[in-house]
Amino acid sequence: MSNLQSAIHNLKSKYWPLIKALQTGLLLTTGVAGYMSARCPIFNLGTLLGLAGSLFLAISGSTVLNMWWDRDIDAIMGRTQKRPTSAGEISPNETLRLGLILSVLGVGWAATIDALYGLIVFFGLFFDVVVYSMWLKRRTCWSIVWGGVSGAMPILAGRALGLGSIDWIGVALAASVIFWIPTHTLTFSMKFAEDYKAACVPTFPSTYGLPSTRATIAVSSILAALAMGAAVFSIGMAWGFLRLLAVLTAGLLMLAFAITFRPSERVNFGLFKYASLFMLGAMLMIVLDVL
Amino acid sequence: MYMKLIHRILLLLTALLASYQVVQGIDGLETMAIACYTIAFGVLIVAALLMIILGFEVLDSPLVVVASTLIPVSLALGLVSEYLDGLLIPYGIFIVIGTLTIIITRFAGPKKLAVIVLAVVHGAAGLTIFALPIILALRGVTAGGFAWVGIGGGLIGIGGLLLSFLKTGKPILSRETILTVLPGLLLLTTAAFVAGFMFV
Repeated sequence: MSNLQSAIHNLKSKYWPLIKALQTGLLLTTGVAGYMSARCPIFNLGTLLGLAGSLFLAISGSTVLNMWWDRDIDAIMGRTQKRPTSAGEISPNETLRLGLILSVLGVGWAATIDALYGLIVFFGLFFDVVVYSMWLKRRTCWSIVWGGVSGAMPILAGRALGLGSIDWIGVALAASVIFWIPTHTLTFSMKFAEDYKAACVPTFPSTYGLPSTRATIAVSSILAALAMGAAVFSIGMAWGFLRLLAVLTAGLLMLAFAITFRPSERVNFGLFKYASLFMLGAMLMIVLDVL
Repeated sequence: MYMKLIHRILLLLTALLASYQVVQGIDGLETMAIACYTIAFGVLIVAALLMIILGFEVLDSPLVVVASTLIPVSLALGLVSEYLDGLLIPYGIFIVIGTLTIIITRFAGPKKLAVIVLAVVHGAAGLTIFALPIILALRGVTAGGFAWVGIGGGLIGIGGLLLSFLKTGKPILSRETILTVLPGLLLLTTAAFVAGFMFV
């Protein structure tokens, strides 16, 4: 095997799984949508590429750092045992170095594009790695709130970059992500409850029980839908896209109520997947509406 | 029954086409028609997405009868509100009462009554979607291409009846056959509607 082939193989099998490509891609999409939502004549290819590149590096960096920090509990949980960090394919030092390099490059690039944008990207990374993973994740199930705050930073950063300031619409878009994240993560923690229990990571289901967790999911879905609706209406989204968003929202709420009143493993999994589709769809609509 | 990749692709195309219709295809119509068509195509979108995510097992849900009823009755009501304005109120009352009766008899009440109500409401709605656009096109009230909506109506009528009777325990075809043709049928139906509504 040539050096090039070997490098590509390593990149694909060892390093690519470290950045959780789907999750990073979704967060990146929220950042681009936040930027496009500013609507003023902002279709500047250079800035757009800078936004995408810096966010990709920063989000990937924080994800790698999380994997470095959580490698011990990842090795216990069946779902994460095969990750390169927990399977021993990559040394902790190498993972840490990679995470730091990506993070510094991402935040540094963001800061050179715009100071406010760079600051928000930094806050996102800080909340995700330090506050969520290092400080709270193993202490309280409420850590997901801070995980949610960090997940909301890309969309807020994107809008702030497009606008030059933080406005209430940016905050509403961020709130929609914050409230959407429990819908996503709580269904996940219900599905893998045993894994989290084995790793002694407190979750909503293990702390408050399944009925309360389901009710929380339903409430957070409603709040996410309200925040998203208020934001996109105020942006001035075309009626056609508003109608489609209403349709997707109805599906989200239907599933949220279904797991509250007729819970099942299948519906739980359906909501987990549908919530991702909902967010992706909403973000694509914001982008398409501007184009 | 396991859902093949081709089924998922067909359902995704259905969801995308229906999304296009909700976003672009019904702009400029009356509010009542837009609301009705949004419900019809919206149910189609959510149903297609849920089938992709959860597989054909999602069709075991008792809500399927409601969903497969909502699509034709909403479309029929939308067409009546646009082209038979004078009949809107009596037709609307019939559709609302009929749909509610389907829901009630689905969850409680004699099975025979459920099948009869289902057949009457589906039949009336299906006939409206099938015949009205074709008649309008033939009489020159609309462009000829609007007849595609009627063809879509015929197809959705077939799909709705197949599913509904399957759910009520009196299947017209075997479950395997219905599930094999359903994704393609939904795509053809949606394509026919989108094509037809371009001529409004």
